[in-house]
Amino acid sequence: MSTQTTQALSGTSGAQVNLAPVISWLAALRYPAIGITTLLALWWLGGYVVANDPDMWAFANFAPAPTFSALYDLVASGDIWPTIVSSLYRVLIGLFWGVVIGVPVGVLIGYVGTAMKIANVPFQFLRMISPLAWMPIAVLAFATWDAAIIFLLVMATVWPIMFSTAHGVRRIDPNWFKVAKNLGASGPQMLRRIILPAIMTDVMAGIRLAVGVAWVVLVPAEYLGVTSGLGYAINDARDTLAYDTLAAIVLVIGLIGYGLDTICGLLIKRFNWHVE
Amino acid sequence: MGATISLDYITHRFSRGAAPTLEKIENRIEPGEMVALIGRSGCGKSTLLHMLAGLLIPSEGCVRVNGHQVSRPSAKWNMMFQKASLYPWMSVRENAALGLLFSGMAKAEAFSRVDELLEMLGLHDKRDVNVQSLSGGQQQRVALARSLATDPEILLLDEPFSALDAFTRTALQEEVPAICRDLDITMVIVTHDIDEAIAMADRVMIMSQNPGRIVGELDVELPWPRRHMDAGFQSLRDQLMTQFKETDDGLAGRKAITETTDDDAENAA
Ligand SMILES: Nc1ncnc2c1ncn2[C@@H]1O[C@H](COP(=O)(O)OP(=O)(O)OP(=O)(O)O)[C@@H](O)[C@H]1O
Ligand SMILES: [Mg+2]
Repeated sequence: MSTQTTQALSGTSGAQVNLAPVISWLAALRYPAIGITTLLALWWLGGYVVANDPDMWAFANFAPAPTFSALYDLVASGDIWPTIVSSLYRVLIGLFWGVVIGVPVGVLIGYVGTAMKIANVPFQFLRMISPLAWMPIAVLAFATWDAAIIFLLVMATVWPIMFSTAHGVRRIDPNWFKVAKNLGASGPQMLRRIILPAIMTDVMAGIRLAVGVAWVVLVPAEYLGVTSGLGYAINDARDTLAYDTLAAIVLVIGLIGYGLDTICGLLIKRFNWHVE
Repeated sequence: MGATISLDYITHRFSRGAAPTLEKIENRIEPGEMVALIGRSGCGKSTLLHMLAGLLIPSEGCVRVNGHQVSRPSAKWNMMFQKASLYPWMSVRENAALGLLFSGMAKAEAFSRVDELLEMLGLHDKRDVNVQSLSGGQQQRVALARSLATDPEILLLDEPFSALDAFTRTALQEEVPAICRDLDITMVIVTHDIDEAIAMADRVMIMSQNPGRIVGELDVELPWPRRHMDAGFQSLRDQLMTQFKETDDGLAGRKAITETTDDDAENAA
C-alpha cells in the first residue's frame, strides 16, 4: 500500500501526470478487492473443511477450484447462455408488466388523495404477501409455466414500483404545477414535461428495488415445471449430483444480479436531477 | 400591448358559509400601469393575485382583462412567485422557454427568442447550466425571463424578491419596472415592503384584513429611476406609512366583521 502511495506521488510530480486518474481509479478499487479476496478465502476455507470432513467430503466440489473449472466449461461449451437468456427474458417481461401497471397506478394514487386513501390498506396488505405464495394460484390461472412464473415476477415487481412512483408524485413541489398551469400547460403537457421528469428518479429507484426482488424470486419460481432458466439449472445440477456446476450457477446468479443492480444504479444516476 | 384589468365587485369565500376572505373589491388598472398591493399578512393579497392570473375563480364578481372575463390561466397574464420554482431537470434556456414550448412553438425558435431575454437579464453565459447551480437572484431572473418570454400583457408578482439579498433586490426593483415600461406591460406587485411599493409602482393600493378590501390608495408620482435617498421618495414613504397605519389599526378589521354579521342577521330576518 505504501509503495502505491509513493508511486502516486512521484507520478503526479513527474512528467507523466496523465497516470493520476488511473492510479486514483485503482485506489478506489482496493477496498472492493479486499472484500472479494476475503469472500474467496472464506469460500476456499469452507471447501477445505468440507473436503476433510469424512461426513461431508461428497460435497467437496463446492470449493472454488472445481466451481471455477465448471464455470469455465459452462461458458466455453456455451451451455450457460440459453439458461441465462431464458431467465433474463422472464425477469424483463415481469419487470415490463410491473412498470406498465405500477407507474400509472402509482401516479394515480399519488396524485389523487382519495385514491391513495382507498388503495393504501389493500395494497400494503397485498405487498406483504410473498410473491411465491401466489404460486398455486398462478399455476391454476395460467396455461403455461412460463406465464405463471412471469405472473409471480409481476407480483414481485409491481409493489416497489407503484409505491416509489406514488411517493415521487406526492413529493412534487405544488408550485411546479401552479407555474406550469400559469404558463398554459395542457394536461398531457403537464404529464410529459412536469410530472414524468419530476418522478423519474423515484420510478428508477422503484425499478431498482423491483429488479432486486424479482431476481431473488426468480430462482425458486423456476423450480416450477419449466425446463430452462437458472433455477431449473440449479435443480438439475442437484439431481445429477453435479455440485461443481451447481456452485458455478450460484456464482452466475450472483454476478448477473450484481450486474443488473449496477445497470439500475447507472440509470438512476442518468435520470437523477438532484444536485449531489 | 398592456391590458386593462378591471376587478368587478369581487367577493370570495374559501368555503360556503365562511366569512369572506375578500369582499366587494372594485378597481380598475389602466394599460401599462404599475400597481402595488400592500397589506397585513393573511389579508388576501395572494388570493386576489391568483384571481387576476385565472388560477382561482372568485365566488362572486369577476376579473376582466380588456373586457373579457378571466376564467382560466393564460400565458398572457403571467405570475411570478416568491420562489422561482424552476424545473431542475431543465437547463436555464429550457426553463425560460417553457411557456413558448407549451404554446407549441418549435424548440429552435423558442430558444432564439429566449436567448435575447437571457442576454437582457445578464444570464447569457448561464443558459446551458443546471438551474440548481444558480444563486437565488439568478434563479429569480430566469423565472422573470420565463414570464416575459410569452409576451405577456400583464405581469403579476407575488413578493418575488422577498427571499433575495438586499443588493439583488434593489437591482431587480429597478429593472422590473423599467422592463415593464419598455415592453408596455401592466404590472401588479404584492409586497410587504413599503419601500418596494414606492420604488416600483405608479399607484399603491392598501388592503384591509377580515375581510380583504381595498381601503386606501396612494399615487406615486416620482420620476424613474427612483432612488431611496431622494427627498420625494422619503416623504411619500412616510405618507404611505401613515395612511397604512390609519387603515390598519386592527380596529378597522374588527369593525368590518361586526358590520357583516349585522348584515347577515338582517338578511336572515
Ligand atoms: N386554499 C385556501 N383555503 C382556505 N383558506 C385559504 C386558502 N388560501 C388562503 N386562505 C386564507 O385566506 C386568507 C388570505 O390568504 P392569502 O394567502 O391571500 O394572504 P396574503 O395576503 O397573501 O398573506 P401573506 O402576505 O402572508 O402572503 C388567509 O387567512 C388564508 O388563511
Ligand atoms: Mg401571499
